[in-house]
Amino acid sequence: METALKLDNDSDFRAEVRAWLDANCPSGARNVLQTSESSFWGGRRPVYPSADQKLWFERMAARGWTVPDWPEQYGGGGLSKQQTNILQQEMRRIAAASPLQSLGIWMLGPALMKFGTEEQKLRHLPDIARGRIRWAQGYSEPNAGSDLASIQTRGEDMGDHFLVNGSKIWTTNGDKCDMIFALVRTEPEAPKHLGISFLLIDMDDPDVTTKPIRLIAGDSPFTQTFFDNVKVPMANVIGERGRGWDVTKYLLGHERQMIGSALSNTAPETVSDIALRLLGKDGLAREPGLRQAVAIHEIENWAIGVAVERMQDQGKARTLSPHTPSVMKLLGTENNYRRTELVMALGGEDYLDQASHAAHGWLHAPSNCIAGGSNEIQLNILAKRALELPED
Amino acid sequence: MALTLTDDENMLVESARGLFARAAPVAALRALRDGGSTLHYDLNSHSVFAENGFVAPHVAEVDGGLGMGAAAAGLIAEQAGRTLATVPLLSVAIAATLVAQAGSQTQKARLLPMFIDGSLVAATALEESIRHDPARLETQAEQSGADWTLTGEKRAVIDGVGAGLYLISALAGGVPALFIVTPDARGLDVQALDPIDSRNLARLRLAGTPAERLGDGDTSAALAAALDLGRALLAAELLGIADAAFEQTVAYLKERVQFGKRIGSFQALQHRAARLYARLDIARGVVLKALRAIDEGSDEASQYASLSKSYMTRLARDVLVEAVQMHGGIGVTDDIDIGLFFKRARAAGELLGDDHFHTERLARERFGL
Repeated sequence: METALKLDNDSDFRAEVRAWLDANCPSGARNVLQTSESSFWGGRRPVYPSADQKLWFERMAARGWTVPDWPEQYGGGGLSKQQTNILQQEMRRIAAASPLQSLGIWMLGPALMKFGTEEQKLRHLPDIARGRIRWAQGYSEPNAGSDLASIQTRGEDMGDHFLVNGSKIWTTNGDKCDMIFALVRTEPEAPKHLGISFLLIDMDDPDVTTKPIRLIAGDSPFTQTFFDNVKVPMANVIGERGRGWDVTKYLLGHERQMIGSALSNTAPETVSDIALRLLGKDGLAREPGLRQAVAIHEIENWAIGVAVERMQDQGKARTLSPHTPSVMKLLGTENNYRRTELVMALGGEDYLDQASHAAHGWLHAPSNCIAGGSNEIQLNILAKRALELPED
Repeated sequence: MALTLTDDENMLVESARGLFARAAPVAALRALRDGGSTLHYDLNSHSVFAENGFVAPHVAEVDGGLGMGAAAAGLIAEQAGRTLATVPLLSVAIAATLVAQAGSQTQKARLLPMFIDGSLVAATALEESIRHDPARLETQAEQSGADWTLTGEKRAVIDGVGAGLYLISALAGGVPALFIVTPDARGLDVQALDPIDSRNLARLRLAGTPAERLGDGDTSAALAAALDLGRALLAAELLGIADAAFEQTVAYLKERVQFGKRIGSFQALQHRAARLYARLDIARGVVLKALRAIDEGSDEASQYASLSKSYMTRLARDVLVEAVQMHGGIGVTDDIDIGLFFKRARAAGELLGDDHFHTERLARERFGL
């Protein structure tokens, strides 16, 4: 395995990175329109979108650059924040694909770093970094959506293991994942928020089964996941027993910020571009209301883009407000929904086609306003924590 | 530059907040309004702000200024908005930009020090339409020898009543130019308006009024820079206005009891307040970005100024109408301050272009619609 570059001088580091990327990022791993299908997600039964992306993943993983800022002993690249930024900039420069997409990297990894024991970190983090395990997350249940703390999936204490029974819903690609990190009620006598533990469960266990959920867009990216007498070792509790809520709150902050900010700048074409391409200036001039709606949306979208920039600056300066994830989630997802609605309007009859990319995007957009804590939950959080409005 | 405040900027905000609370609280606005002041601002407090370096702090050091940039001027404007401070900071900042960018060396040396030390309040007269429209310019400048005279009418002149000096745009041989007019000049008629926000606002009539040309070159860049700065400063002021009114409203939600409960416990009100909180959080970045873009000399600075003015005009209007509504009956009385914020948000929103104006401008110039 090559060792990570450890140069003090940023410009030397940039030159090294640039040369390495030029030599090692195959053409088929560049300029890939990154969708779920065109991405590599790792796992015990890996599916590579292309031979070039397989090679690209293997080369990046060998350097620990799937998780460049994680420590080397956990499979990371051991880079500083500044070096990680340089690597990301250089990857953007050549439009390199992300080598590995993973809930393990985005969600479980940060939680393990904060709440895991050293043994748990050494056991799970390198597998995440090397893409050996594809992780799912299990929070919501059919009767515990916005009221997440009322989950009923229970883990009975059998001495050396928990016996887990119940069901989780909205498991992203549950049928393709190897393991799931899930909220399970392990202390039935404790108050609602304090009786929950954060468990790691192997989905290859035959007593774990999944059933696809068909969405209004026609696809099934989520499953319901069932646990019938599943034995989960005690060693698989992350953080303290009964304190899984703390781990979850931490994780959801990550997820919210990601949902909201990821949506603002990923669109390949702006709504103005689409409007001009489909209707032209003359067409828009004949519909001043539609033109105005496009302009107002562009302004909101631009403002949210500035907010993302500010959020990143605050992150670097360690002055990020704890309420920012809720703000970004709320306004980012609403803005994204309005975007898809406007695009549908611009495309008219063409975009009513089931197969159209626009219709697909529009039918998926409401889910962003619901997932990761519905936007109403975000408003509750802001009212209570940021504004400290009374419960009475 | 990063969209976070530096340590120096944080200190500036702290000292500005304290100074505005002491030298220009909302009570001072009420006193000026009810005392029949024609200036609608207090020259003594203007001097205090000048002593503290708050007047036109963006003027470059080479021009004898503090060189603190638009960001400093904006952070001060934001704090001024929080107490509805009635000091002529905006008018002097705009005038200073025009003089610094379009004036001759002699004019700069003569005027800028007096702007900065607070001894001269200059009002800038650009508008000729009911709504903001910088493209419209019909005031004519006639030249005979070295002397100029101006003829025309100007509207919405900020701090135009009792100003020590006027900067006036006019067509000189069909080309936009800027002129200096003294308050005692022949044929100058200053009509004081009585605006809802109890500020100093005037219309000017010029009938063969003697004027001195500001500089002798093309003034379009100076005019554009003054508009950008003025818009970004108004956006910052609107942020301060909306922030302060929102804080007062949240405090009221925690104290007012109806149906045996504090009304802030009602989810219908909580969600409305939380949504405004979120939008204000976004706005903070937008306003700072516009100020930083000016300081960086960015090609997009003018568009960011329009973004900030558009965003803040609409948001401040939404915050203030909610603030009045959530206060209930007392919100529409003159007994509490919310109504004063409501009125200033409207006036500051109109000046130098409201959200409709800037949305249209961006639609054409940025989005190509």
